[in-house]
Amino acid sequence: MTEYLLLRHRDIPAIDQLAVYRENGGFAAFEKALKQLQPGDVLTAVKASGLRGRGGAGFPTGTKWSFLPETIWPHYVVANADESEPGTFKDREILERNPFQFLEGLMLACFAVQARVGYVYLRGEFWPLTQKLNRCILELEQAGLLGDHVLGTDVSLRIYTHLGAGAYICGEETALLESIEGKLGQPRLRPPFPAVSGLFARPTVINNVETLTNVPLIIARGADWFRTLGTEDSPGVKIFSLSGCVNHPGNYELPFGTTFRTLIEQYGGGTPDGRAIKAIMPAGASSTILVADAQTLDTPMDYKSVAAIGGQLGSASVIVVDDSVNMADLVNQTVHFFKHESCGKCTPCREGTYWMAHITARLAGDQPDAQDAALLGSVARQMQNKCLCALGEFSTMAVVSALEKFPQDFGIS
Amino acid sequence: MNLLLQQSSAEVEQILVRYPAEHRRAAVMPLLFLAQRTTGRIDSQALADIAEITGLSTTDVASIMGFYTLFHAEEDGGGRFRIQVCTDMPCALRGARQFLAAFCEALGIQPGQTTPDGLITVEEVKCLAACDHAPFLQVQGDGELVDYPDQTVESALALVETLRQKPWARY
Amino acid sequence: MAKQISLTIDNQVITAPEGMLIVDAAKQAGVNIPVFCYHPKMEPVGMCRMCLVDVGRVQVDRATGQVVFDAEGRPKIGFGPKLETACTTPVAEGMVVVTDSEKVKAARKDVLEFLLTSHPLDCPVCDKGGECPLQNLTLAHGPGESRFLYADKQHLNKRVPLGELIFLDRERCIQCGRCTRFQHDVVDDPVIGFYQRGRALEIVTLSEPGFDSIFSGNTTDICPVGALTTADFRFGARPWELKSAASICNHCPVGCNLTFDVRREAAANGRTVIKRVMPRQNEQVNEIWICDRGRFGHHYTESPARLTRPLVRRNDELVAATWDEALALAAAALKDAPPLLLAGGRLSNEALFNLRQLTEARAGQARLYTPMSGGAVAIQAGLSAGSNLGELGKGDAILVVASDLHEEAPLWWLRLKQAAGRGAGLIVLAARPTRLDKFARFVIRYAPGGEQAALAGLLAGEGEAAAAFAAARNAVVFYGSDGLDLVGSEQLAWLCAELLAKTGHLGRPNNGLVPVWPRANDQGAVELGYSPAENLPAALRSAGLVWIAGADPAGDDPELAAALDGAGFVIVQELFLTETARRADIVFPVQAVTEQEGSFTSGERRVQRFYPATAPLGEARPDYAVAAGLGQRLGLALADQSAAQVFDQLAQIVPAFQGLTFPALAEAGPQWPEIGRADLYYGGTSYDNHQGLGAHLAAPAVPLRLPEMKPTPAAAAAGEWTALPVTRLYDQGALLAHSELLRGRLAPAAVWMHPATADQRGLAPGQMVEVLLSGRKVTRQVCLDADLPQGLLIALR
Repeated sequence: MTEYLLLRHRDIPAIDQLAVYRENGGFAAFEKALKQLQPGDVLTAVKASGLRGRGGAGFPTGTKWSFLPETIWPHYVVANADESEPGTFKDREILERNPFQFLEGLMLACFAVQARVGYVYLRGEFWPLTQKLNRCILELEQAGLLGDHVLGTDVSLRIYTHLGAGAYICGEETALLESIEGKLGQPRLRPPFPAVSGLFARPTVINNVETLTNVPLIIARGADWFRTLGTEDSPGVKIFSLSGCVNHPGNYELPFGTTFRTLIEQYGGGTPDGRAIKAIMPAGASSTILVADAQTLDTPMDYKSVAAIGGQLGSASVIVVDDSVNMADLVNQTVHFFKHESCGKCTPCREGTYWMAHITARLAGDQPDAQDAALLGSVARQMQNKCLCALGEFSTMAVVSALEKFPQDFGIS
Repeated sequence: MNLLLQQSSAEVEQILVRYPAEHRRAAVMPLLFLAQRTTGRIDSQALADIAEITGLSTTDVASIMGFYTLFHAEEDGGGRFRIQVCTDMPCALRGARQFLAAFCEALGIQPGQTTPDGLITVEEVKCLAACDHAPFLQVQGDGELVDYPDQTVESALALVETLRQKPWARY
Repeated sequence: MAKQISLTIDNQVITAPEGMLIVDAAKQAGVNIPVFCYHPKMEPVGMCRMCLVDVGRVQVDRATGQVVFDAEGRPKIGFGPKLETACTTPVAEGMVVVTDSEKVKAARKDVLEFLLTSHPLDCPVCDKGGECPLQNLTLAHGPGESRFLYADKQHLNKRVPLGELIFLDRERCIQCGRCTRFQHDVVDDPVIGFYQRGRALEIVTLSEPGFDSIFSGNTTDICPVGALTTADFRFGARPWELKSAASICNHCPVGCNLTFDVRREAAANGRTVIKRVMPRQNEQVNEIWICDRGRFGHHYTESPARLTRPLVRRNDELVAATWDEALALAAAALKDAPPLLLAGGRLSNEALFNLRQLTEARAGQARLYTPMSGGAVAIQAGLSAGSNLGELGKGDAILVVASDLHEEAPLWWLRLKQAAGRGAGLIVLAARPTRLDKFARFVIRYAPGGEQAALAGLLAGEGEAAAAFAAARNAVVFYGSDGLDLVGSEQLAWLCAELLAKTGHLGRPNNGLVPVWPRANDQGAVELGYSPAENLPAALRSAGLVWIAGADPAGDDPELAAALDGAGFVIVQELFLTETARRADIVFPVQAVTEQEGSFTSGERRVQRFYPATAPLGEARPDYAVAAGLGQRLGLALADQSAAQVFDQLAQIVPAFQGLTFPALAEAGPQWPEIGRADLYYGGTSYDNHQGLGAHLAAPAVPLRLPEMKPTPAAAAAGEWTALPVTRLYDQGALLAHSELLRGRLAPAAVWMHPATADQRGLAPGQMVEVLLSGRKVTRQVCLDADLPQGLLIALR
């Protein structure tokens, strides 16, 4: 990689200053859009680029934008900065170090769907980043890039930040909308979908921070250029958050298609003390755990290839587990995470995560019992396909895969 | 008498302006943060004040407060500073649990407890999105939240000393 | 008429209107899908996951949009990988729903096992046992054993008072949200809510007083477990020990249908006592709800202070006597002088009829004891058969004038709020804010005394509200007596009737005038020919013989007490030894509504029957029987064997009641949604109604024949110390005085005013001050209310 596209501060450290960002091409795309393009042009470009959501679901971004009906107004764009999936810290770095590129992406998205107001929903723990982001937004207003007459046109656009207060479930898009609206952060029923009835019951686009940070590049350099990076099915670059048992944890901006091995060994510096890698969790705690065999390590990191080996790439929050780790202990931690974060709305997740947590606590003890292990698997499967949202479903993935692939850690001989 | 309006009317206005006028209840979360900043907790007066501003019932305001971990009700207790240490799975893989145990032992309290001088509460929290800087903690108090990456027991104890010396924030 | 959809449920082809949810369509077809969080009277939330079913849809080719057919030419049905909640999925053409497959059965078992991990095994001590949806569904669909370790079970507070009327058991709550949704969405009292999240989700209340809602008791009916119980019934009895008696609430003119659940108790010396009051379903009156006054205000019937024996005055003291003695004495008095009969609106149609018959036969005057008039007009402009507030919606108009329905007739408040929600144009005319204002399209405020001018404006067609009213397809007017006296309310009725006549809103169903009477059967009284006395103190003072039934003028007003002292012979028939009864020469003990049979007429002109729930207390007799007993001694043959007999006579003589019979009033039929059937989980424990839906009185003749409107008397100088008389739901009246439970919620003997007004006049809250109320001086305590317009004083009558 010669040039950072998203983590541009690694090339240009002062890029979090507006003047430096503009000197380096910042807001040229936005200005071009406002003065030369139609909203539909921006939408078409993003669609053509094949950009997929970077928050974990991987849904084609341009397609999502195109769902907003032209008959219901106003439209809203909400940037999801609730980054709470364990093992994920890419949005934090973008917001801290390259905030203007993200904001420009958000502003382009607003332009594309003709939204007059955009919100950035940040997890409550991002309080310091929010203070900085608010200062950036103020600077943009002072520079005429936001406000009632953006760049002297009759387009009005305002960006507001909204701080969460410590609830992972608010990263789920409909729960996020409920949270902004001042209600409990519990997911909504779908249909209706946010594209038709979202924030304040209006058509709304919700995009991840990293997703939006790609948009200025697509408009500036073209969809075709974007497609030269990554793979056919997953174009572009991805910020892989690497954590766990590695020497150099951190964010790595790499093209889709880079293998796990390259990420972990070449960039991550391998495991501490040269221990063997036992397992990989590519999607944070919401992962199907992958055994770190050669096949897995050499699998390209893109949505399709990871799915082909029975996993999910998700948010590309790659957690490396070495052989010092007992999987029962690890699963106990992931289950306690989901139990803590369960919103409580639906029975299987509310009761199931609570129940699983009791069992995993026992299994993480000195004498894991095979019957308990069987019970755990049964409870996890009992939750599946019944929950109101993905949290409950995802809470079972690490459990089921760990039991299946590492039975010896659970007392199953 | 609405104390919140009396003491912070400009900030309340700034908050309300961010949301459509017919959806005032959207202001409830930022208002809870505002009410919390002086003492770190939200008391029944604040709940009533926020209810009046947003048009919600006091019960509904309390309901929002209770849902989120960063809002603290009056009866929840806690010190002026909450040192929130992440011990979630990725940080645990990098020694966060051992760090927490050693840190608490040095302070003479259990996780979840408050130091005898009433100043510091140490809390175990879930993932803070900084897994590459474990052991990672943040300090919630005095109306703000500050990050402290790559901690050791020594650096954490030094932090505690700094907090002990900190004059009360004025709002 | 909505488009009809054809679908298959468990191999049964059925039709259902477009937009109907699978769970309701199935119910209509006799397929009971189990639910907890779903309730047919509320929006679905899909939370509990109990109603998961297999849903197959007609497959459509994505590219062409055409239906895909199979080899036999039938549309291909595709089932999703996951089960779906029947409560959130509307029916679709060609849909195939499977509720009895192994997959669905397993899902139900799983969900129940999950719910039972935290739910305590309280059945032996839980109030809900025997009428518990969770119990029933567990038996039908659940696992026989739990795999959850007992030691891991959560232990939570089992006795959380949510206010003093409702108790919560945190261990039993299954977080279905029915109670919070009922409070937020149905009755607009968001005073309970969820707190925390995940397994820790719990219900809290922060209102002062706790659970501050006059509808709170309904949450215990719809709670699918024993989490919410009422203080009235908690640990009271087992449902299967109870016998149920159908009745009608006797607290206000809505006429909510109730059920009294009773049980014989050793502790009551073998008497049958009332254990609880429950709603009875009548979709045309109160649906499945009642207010807390009706639910908790029954204790007066069993108060130890009840009169059980006749009393006669000897040597200036009231002493016990036999019925024969008392009746003989009263008959003698009636022979001597024509009676001034003063009857109260809590009496039944039968009582009022017999009393009036006897009074007229003795050349006396039958007067209704009431602060509100307009009855003569109201009965001409009232609602007729086919009227149902539940049908009003878009294109209809509803006008409410001089009435705070939330305090005076809660279920009408609820029905009108719902009508507004369906698009009906609600117009509220009031001197002060009421709880209906926020649902109204138009709120017209007038200064006290300005009711007539405000209505005149509507009559003249001035303004948007007037135009909307005139253009409405159907229009109903509710008029009350808030801040008004007899003359004022009569004039109001007159103007309202004129408005309805002028805009063509009379003479057909769902059009007409509804008086918001203070008492349950004031409508019955006016239909039976009663009217208020123009000058009651004078009438009492000059009466040689006063006969008071079901009214306590002496207790209400010292001036009336003095007037009564000046009267000649006084006969009283009462439940209690009231101030009025104390002044009587003869007191007859009468039965409460729970001890007898009879009928009431609601403000909507619906006649409804009530049935005895308990045995009569002591020697008490029905009010109508007292009149009949006297009649016998005076040579007048009044029906005395049964209420039915009286009613038959009544129906022959009073044109409005023609054609009605007790059996006709007892006719019931299927109602939708199905509540209170064997599947309690669907709608809650409100009672199925098979004792009668009642019937409307005959339609009044059109055109309207309005009596000449009385000229407005010179208004008494409305000085700055004049307080407007108003009504509160929890008042200081005799009926509620015996309900300990409600003591903390009774409105104080206060005068309310805006804080600025109090400041201006140098008054502090709590200070006692003298004000003028309905022409007499009263001393009340100052209370502040920032919602009142400045300068306005209000006080309870």
